[in-house]
Amino acid sequence: MLSENLIEIKDVNFAYGTRPILTGISMTIPRGSVVAIMGISGSGKTTLLRLIAGVMKAKHGEVRVDGQLVNDLDQEGIYKLRRRMGMMFQFGALFTDLSVFDNVAFQMREHTDFSEAMIRDLVMMKLHAVGLRGAHGLMPSELSGGMARRVALARAIALDPMLMLYDEPFTGLDPIAMGIISNLIKRLNSALGTTSIVVTHDVHEAMEVVDYVYYLSDGKMVAHGTPDQMRNSTDPLVRQFVYGEADGPVAYQYPSRTLVDDMRLGA
Amino acid sequence: MLARTAASIRGIGSRSIDAVLRLGYAARFIARTLASSGTSVKRPRLVVRELYFTGVLSLIIILVSGLFVGMVLGLQGYQTLQTYGSESALGVLVALSLVRELGPVVSALLFASRAGSAMTAEIGLMKATEQLSAMEMMAVDPISRVVAPRFWAGVISMPLLAAMFSAMGVFGGYLVGVVLIGVDEGSFWSQMQSAVDFREDIVNGVIKSFVFGVAVTWIALFEGYDAPPTAEGVSGATTRTVVTSSLAILFLDFILTAFMFRGV
Repeated sequence: MLSENLIEIKDVNFAYGTRPILTGISMTIPRGSVVAIMGISGSGKTTLLRLIAGVMKAKHGEVRVDGQLVNDLDQEGIYKLRRRMGMMFQFGALFTDLSVFDNVAFQMREHTDFSEAMIRDLVMMKLHAVGLRGAHGLMPSELSGGMARRVALARAIALDPMLMLYDEPFTGLDPIAMGIISNLIKRLNSALGTTSIVVTHDVHEAMEVVDYVYYLSDGKMVAHGTPDQMRNSTDPLVRQFVYGEADGPVAYQYPSRTLVDDMRLGA
Repeated sequence: MLARTAASIRGIGSRSIDAVLRLGYAARFIARTLASSGTSVKRPRLVVRELYFTGVLSLIIILVSGLFVGMVLGLQGYQTLQTYGSESALGVLVALSLVRELGPVVSALLFASRAGSAMTAEIGLMKATEQLSAMEMMAVDPISRVVAPRFWAGVISMPLLAAMFSAMGVFGGYLVGVVLIGVDEGSFWSQMQSAVDFREDIVNGVIKSFVFGVAVTWIALFEGYDAPPTAEGVSGATTRTVVTSSLAILFLDFILTAFMFRGV
């Protein structure tokens, strides 16, 4: 029987050498939900995404995806799991030597025995879903940032994944492109019956589309809740992040000696 | 003074350890490339595509350079041979110089600058723009999909380019020696035919160019794959490809020549 949660993370610790990145992370992500992992730059959210995708393995604790313990999988097992995942990278990461069509068809050609006629139909359907059917003949260099992100999304959903991972999907986009991407994340999630994890620090856009938010700070899970709970949170750290306050628990000044010492005012 | 000496010794030691570590990493990289070559065999179109980029697009520079090198050999050779009254041996001199040495070595140096640097820059930029990570996320191994086809394309195209370089060089020598200076055409070709040995000269030349092909392509691919994912990192890796490949070619040429042409 399928577990209600697609992702279950229990007490995960991860470090680069001796530098701890994640400490004591536990979270669950139910099937069919859209969940945001938020936090300031360097808080460990992309590392957490990589642990879920099996790019890196947790030193301590458990990362389970669809019941499989990712820590224990070998390369073949990880690749098998990843065939059921799609990932949209921060700037699209389209293959620059392939056209839009070939980018979307890439996974189909690599992992299936579909005929070219069937691949053509499927690619056109995926491109239609992101509104870029007419751009199938263009090269990535001919696309705007927003279009590249949409093609990357079409490529990521090429094989109807059970899990979609979005790494900073809104970075560097204009408001219109940002609205299109956030709308697509929500729409595709329900249309494909997939589960989505959005790693972002774009609070307002993400809050509109996600069902639940996990907030990371310094590699620790400091808060979680629905978007409304996060907006109304009294936790100073969450408030500073959600309302973009310049100073607060995350200090404006980089740690330094006192102003008196640095300016030699006492001399 | 003592502290400075100790620091410099430590620096040398640290750089040596780094170099050995990198060499080990490069050895593991080539072993993984060879082990992941199944896709290149099953899908030869991947290799053919890369053959176009590494081989066909290098043809112009190889052919033009071969022609000029052959013409220079014709001129210089004639000057020297004339002193001993052996102008008729011009064909032999041109052919042996090209087939044994200049063909494999100069074409490999040109290959490293033209195709090797392009391979490094391409793979380095694929890494910097997360294309390799995207491939891994799609459960496609970048070593078997991106690196191995390029490796085999480089290894296949290098001996072919060297052969074309030598053929064009012989033609250049013929143009200068026979057409321009007036050396007897019959003796130019017949002496060349009798002096150039298939096993000793041509096969050895092909072996050399094959070894250079492996070395240059290996270095180029490794530098690209190992490049720090920044603009500076990719430019540094491209420079290292050309420098390291050139030194490797000349070093390997010495070693191979010492083994191949002893007492011949």
